[in-house]
Amino acid sequence: MTVVEYKKYCCVTCDLVYDEELGFPEEGIAPGTLFEDIPDDWTCPECSASKSDFFLVE
Amino acid sequence: MTGNIKKIKTGIQNSGVADATAVVIEEDSSWIKSKKYWYLTSMILPGIPVVSAYLSSETGSGLWLWAMFIVLYALLPLLDHISGLDAANPGEELMAELKGDRYYVYVLYGAAVMHWIALIYMGYVVSIGEFSWFNILGAGLSIGISNGLGLVAGHELGHKVNDKVQVFFAKLVLACSGYGHFFIEHNKGHHKDVATPEDPATSRFGESIYKFVKREVPGAFRRAWELESARLHRVGKSEWSLSNEIIQPALITITAYMLMIAFFGPVMIPFLALGAAYGWWQLTCANYIEHYGLMRERDVNGRYERCQARHSWNSNNKISNLVLLHLQRHSDHHAHPTRPYQMLRDYPEVPALPSGYPWMFALAMVPSVWFDTMNPMVTEWAEGDMSKVNIDPDVKDEMFKRYHKPRTAKAA
Repeated sequence: MTVVEYKKYCCVTCDLVYDEELGFPEEGIAPGTLFEDIPDDWTCPECSASKSDFFLVE
Repeated sequence: MTGNIKKIKTGIQNSGVADATAVVIEEDSSWIKSKKYWYLTSMILPGIPVVSAYLSSETGSGLWLWAMFIVLYALLPLLDHISGLDAANPGEELMAELKGDRYYVYVLYGAAVMHWIALIYMGYVVSIGEFSWFNILGAGLSIGISNGLGLVAGHELGHKVNDKVQVFFAKLVLACSGYGHFFIEHNKGHHKDVATPEDPATSRFGESIYKFVKREVPGAFRRAWELESARLHRVGKSEWSLSNEIIQPALITITAYMLMIAFFGPVMIPFLALGAAYGWWQLTCANYIEHYGLMRERDVNGRYERCQARHSWNSNNKISNLVLLHLQRHSDHHAHPTRPYQMLRDYPEVPALPSGYPWMFALAMVPSVWFDTMNPMVTEWAEGDMSKVNIDPDVKDEMFKRYHKPRTAKAA
């Protein structure tokens, strides 16, 4: 059984964190959705910045 | 005649109907590339207080100290009017080229240094000359305008949070007027709450700039402090530490101001206070006009809709866009907060101000003229439905009575 390693991404402008493990259910993004699988035109739910403004958190 | 026109899907929603499209004309690319020299105005403008201070000390006429004041409220609006509009947008290829060129960042570093030179040199001249109070007032207001332009550079740099050098220069230039908390409050506060009644940096319909400033300045500081405290607590630090990014630039300001008072004498107290206050006022003017009356709607869950292209006021005036680092392409800025100034785009459908920021700043200071100009435009934006407008609660009934004529009324 492979264990998926979920990552976190942070919005550079408003600091909102997208946690792949939790997803964004209220946004229609199911828990476990990888960041790369989110559509490119998706924007930050807090500050409306583009998806490309998120960076990987170590 | 216009040759090769392309329409680029931007991925930015507008009106919830369709994506905003940016028009790209191939022939514009040489003009867009040549703007790189025009952006040097960010370094040259703080040179105006330097030259005018020099002239006042050489000629003995303190009237020169007013030069920057005249530049903002007379020269720039005039040049804006003469130069007309510039809707040129870079295409995808040019965007990549503009993005990779560090030159554009170095211009801002140069501007940050120039703003300090302007402040210190003008202070020096004011201290050695025997100027009247009227001309010291002119010096204070002029350096305030220079400080305000410093905030524009600081705004641009302060968005590049992942680049330590740019953040350092942001703090440095914001410190000219003691407004170091701006980049925290602006990024994490204003960009989140923009075009909602909760945002102290978004002005409301029917709210004069003199009322707005009393809500904006303390509200912005409080929000910055709360955000920074929360960040420091998350990493296990006290807000009263040197890691506090509000305290860091404040220390630059306090040190510099103390030194200037010590070396140049007590005349620095009114000079620096005026310069800081009028610098803040420039930011107040910008905040006041950027989203006046515009409001994001709430969805069924009570959440605000995403900030869209239609939630910012824009201007394509050529000279002011070059001088203000395309801050007036404000819709694109909110859609792409980290997009560097040289890449910002215009969209044909966005709310547009009748003139560039410098002239709008002047109008904003005369509330009756401002309301006469802008209230009909906001009403038009909302299609007459005042429930969609961000109205000052104190004048809500009056504004509804006067402007509420929803056009979507069932005609049948």
